[in-house]
Amino acid sequence: MSTSTTHPAQRLIGNVLFAYEMPVERGKIREFAAATGSSDPAYHGTSPPVPPTFLTTSMHWEPQDPPLATLLGLDLRRVLQGGQEYTFIGPLPRAGETLQAETSVESVTEKRSGRGGIMTIIVVLTRFTRPDGSVAAEGRATVIERAAA
Amino acid sequence: MKAGATLPERRFGPQTHTDIVRYQGASGDFNPIHHDPDFARAAGMPGVFSVGMLQAGYLGTYCVDLFGPESVRRISVRFAQQVWPGDVLTCRGVVSAVATTDLGETAEVDLIIGRNADEVAVSATATVVLSGHADEGTTR
Repeated sequence: MSTSTTHPAQRLIGNVLFAYEMPVERGKIREFAAATGSSDPAYHGTSPPVPPTFLTTSMHWEPQDPPLATLLGLDLRRVLQGGQEYTFIGPLPRAGETLQAETSVESVTEKRSGRGGIMTIIVVLTRFTRPDGSVAAEGRATVIERAAA
Repeated sequence: MKAGATLPERRFGPQTHTDIVRYQGASGDFNPIHHDPDFARAAGMPGVFSVGMLQAGYLGTYCVDLFGPESVRRISVRFAQQVWPGDVLTCRGVVSAVATTDLGETAEVDLIIGRNADEVAVSATATVVLSGHADEGTTR
């Protein structure tokens, strides 16, 4: 799949863009559960499991200098989030645990849009591992950069 | 729980500006387009609109309410339409398949968030463990 203009994100495929620690915190789980309409008592305990989309709070821990959009070469005026997936492997992370996160570009797909411009679909993978190195969860964000006008 | 079973509906909303701000604070996504009307209009929108991942969060809550806090092994959402302040959101779902795995009995579910009368804001699939209820009610 070759095009005359290649998106800058193409050359990043497979490289770790950044790695960081993400402590899983009781107060943050409680706050996130409330913010997503949950009153389940499990999230008010002393060692609650993470809610299904909780790992999106990794944004609080992610390095901002430079921000991910800059690393990916995105024009923020044309960017939308197309989708998100979280997969859990083994026991759910719980408050009191610390995960190691690594973010990389998994794929870059370019499509001709209706008006002939090129739309870019980028899947950004964040892998969350436990202290023993085993993978606890994976998040995949589908980022769409619409064709330039 | 069998393939084809319809899940009970669950409503969220009407969504308020406060709901959006609360979610932005919780999640760490501070994009002003979701809470600053001047910024949103300068970006060509009629006003602020919701964070897509808030709706994903509501679908997560929907699954936890139905199947338990340890049940969701995978959730995959696709954003179809924007959600606006004032929208009433309805979660709906259908079991597409049931299987026995090393985690026990699991179900694949197809989910949507309907927006107001008949629009689809988000579509999703999830894998949930049906038989893991031994973990429910355990206080740690």
